[in-house]
Amino acid sequence: MLLARVIGTVVATRKDPRLEGKKLLVLRLVSPEGKDESGYLVSVDTVSAGNREVVIVVAGSSARMAEGCKDTPVDSSIVGIVDTVSLDEAGKGG
Amino acid sequence: MVLGRVIGRVWSTVKNSSLTGQRFLLVQPLTPELNNTGKPLICLDSVGAGAGELVYWCGGREASFSFLPVEVPADRTIVAIIDELSVARDKKN
Repeated sequence: MLLARVIGTVVATRKDPRLEGKKLLVLRLVSPEGKDESGYLVSVDTVSAGNREVVIVVAGSSARMAEGCKDTPVDSSIVGIVDTVSLDEAGKGG
Repeated sequence: MVLGRVIGRVWSTVKNSSLTGQRFLLVQPLTPELNNTGKPLICLDSVGAGAGELVYWCGGREASFSFLPVEVPADRTIVAIIDELSVARDKKN
């Protein structure tokens, strides 16, 4: 799973019928410290995340196991909104 | 499966209902020599791993198999806490 920040939305009218009603968001990957990293994602939102919120993203075929994404053509889902990230002292050096 | 060390936690109240009760841990991937390699990652925990512990995790769809019969949207799950690690070293090094 990855940490990412919501930076935009995607609107698509013509799409797979199984994606109808799903909210698609543009995400920027972030480090545990909250710094932007390289890389973007388009993910299906299952938790009603808002703009600028830091979220947890699950990728690959596991993304389909999220509630509401069963049997849909999805490889990236937002499954949580991050409250806090706590990093141990040992981790800060790495 | 990949070696790592637990370096922190991620707290999330609003999450997908299939993740209720699950813990997110931040894990730093390690080489067999226990040097850091790559960026820290978020893993689900199926074994009760804690801060600073040496673990290995399973990636991909198989990561959700630890929680069967519940279908959990996990793409990385800590599946073991390592007691001991022995690595044979190449004589050239």
